Amino acid sequence: MITLEWLYILAGIIFAIWAVLSARDTGNGKRFGNAAFWGLLAVSFFFGGQMSDFANGMLVLALVAIAGAGQLGRSDPPTTTLTERLGLSQTLGNKLFLPALIIPLTAVIGTVAYNYTPFGETGLFEERRETLILFGIGVLLALGVCMVWLKPPLLAPVEEGRRLMDSIGWAAILPQMLAALGGVFALAGVGDIIGSMAGEVIPEGSIFVAVVIFCLGMALFTMIMGNAFAAFPVMAAAIGIPVLVEQFDGNPAVIGAVGMLAGFCGTLMTPMAANFNIVPAALLELKDQNGVIKQQIGTAIPLWVCNVLIIYIAGFYLWS
Amino acid sequence: MINYWPLAGIAIVVAGFALRFNPLLVVVVAAIATGLLGGLDFVAVIEALGKAFNDNRYISVTWIILPVIGLLERHGLQQRARALIESVRGATMGRLLVLYLLFRQITAALGMKDIGGHPQTVRPLVAPMAEAAAQKTHGELADEDNEKVKGMAAATDNVGLFFGEDIFFAIASILLIQGVFESYGYPLTPLQLSVWAIPTAICAFIIHGGRLLAFDKRLGAKAIKAPAAPVEEVEEGDAR
Repeated sequence: MITLEWLYILAGIIFAIWAVLSARDTGNGKRFGNAAFWGLLAVSFFFGGQMSDFANGMLVLALVAIAGAGQLGRSDPPTTTLTERLGLSQTLGNKLFLPALIIPLTAVIGTVAYNYTPFGETGLFEERRETLILFGIGVLLALGVCMVWLKPPLLAPVEEGRRLMDSIGWAAILPQMLAALGGVFALAGVGDIIGSMAGEVIPEGSIFVAVVIFCLGMALFTMIMGNAFAAFPVMAAAIGIPVLVEQFDGNPAVIGAVGMLAGFCGTLMTPMAANFNIVPAALLELKDQNGVIKQQIGTAIPLWVCNVLIIYIAGFYLWS
Repeated sequence: MINYWPLAGIAIVVAGFALRFNPLLVVVVAAIATGLLGGLDFVAVIEALGKAFNDNRYISVTWIILPVIGLLERHGLQQRARALIESVRGATMGRLLVLYLLFRQITAALGMKDIGGHPQTVRPLVAPMAEAAAQKTHGELADEDNEKVKGMAAATDNVGLFFGEDIFFAIASILLIQGVFESYGYPLTPLQLSVWAIPTAICAFIIHGGRLLAFDKRLGAKAIKAPAAPVEEVEEGDAR
């Protein structure tokens, strides 16, 4: 059976190569910082499962120390010039899109086939991880096709990948770090405290105010935690179920489904949702770290209002 | 009496982000403070942090895509994406992104949420296409407008994904809602829940789609006021 562990070994190999290439890159004044950072990530991917929790914790502190001290630099490995790229894009034509499509198509078609055809009965992949594993297979397929078709220098893919990785820098592990923060928050009981506070501010008798507070709680708590999944159980337990469903007799399906979407509006407005908001700003080399969030606020706020109205009208008058 | 002290971690996060400290540093300081104030000892906090970080390695594993994207960019993928849009008559930035929004919502609603994404499609394809379309109709853009176009491309991917995926019934968030309601004695089927994602999805399309077209129009109005300079190719991505 192919497990997630296989994918971690693949990632470990790639990060280890990046670490070695970083250390040898005399053009980067902070080369040893980069080498240590990507090297520690390689260690995490290779051995994280065998290391003790405390050792993993120390690894996290070391990563943060390197990033916090500003020891990550940007590299500039040799590549093609813009003129060469324009020429290549004309010679190679629209076929250039095909390798890029291999990855999502492998992941999507593979997942569908695995779940809805007898292919799934083979038990080839670790349960619930088939999409991520198929994504990894897609990457290897696309890489193979590119190497055979474009015949670049052997080190070109890892060097080009390192250029992108260095331009993303510490933001690359921010999503994983935020997920870890969520774990600690849960352990310290942050959700329960917020839930009990939200439960206390509901005034008697007003359905509309209760809906607004439920949706506001979903959006704000999502902004704090960085994802709506952490907010939903807390807000449902504090307001959604006891007040909206039981006290005011609302439709549970509407309240559940649309309440979650009110939380998604919060996701659009927070740097804590790093993989959606901060990482793309780095990937697109925006000067403003919050450049993506700023474009989303104008959609998130009116859409949040829509969600309040949908719960109020559909959940209490049309299908209560 | 509830111990409110663990909430100090939230305050650290908010203040740290506002004061623009390194976000990794902010997050770890907040995690340690929250754990200590929540009554754990230091070693237990470090262990909790290490375990949670290790359990979430699957989030960072997706960076293995970068060698493929980098290799294709080396061979002119971004330039190809721009050329393709320039050759389409009537292509504008607004229309292009509205179309991408629709594509992302529909494919996500059918369970294909991994068909797009920032490293896979936005950086190599959607953002350069949007820039090319904007420059084609409005001439060379000011730096800040270029930034906004790229930011809007990423925003469109997010909006399309978030407000499409819940229409697909077998998705984690729908299963979470189902699980929470079931534990309080309200059995709901995933399908009952996922149909209620449709009204919000329609609102999202109208609101964000309208904003995209209005944004395009604003760029146009700006371009008329300040006549466009001839489009020059800049050595992009290499400036440090």
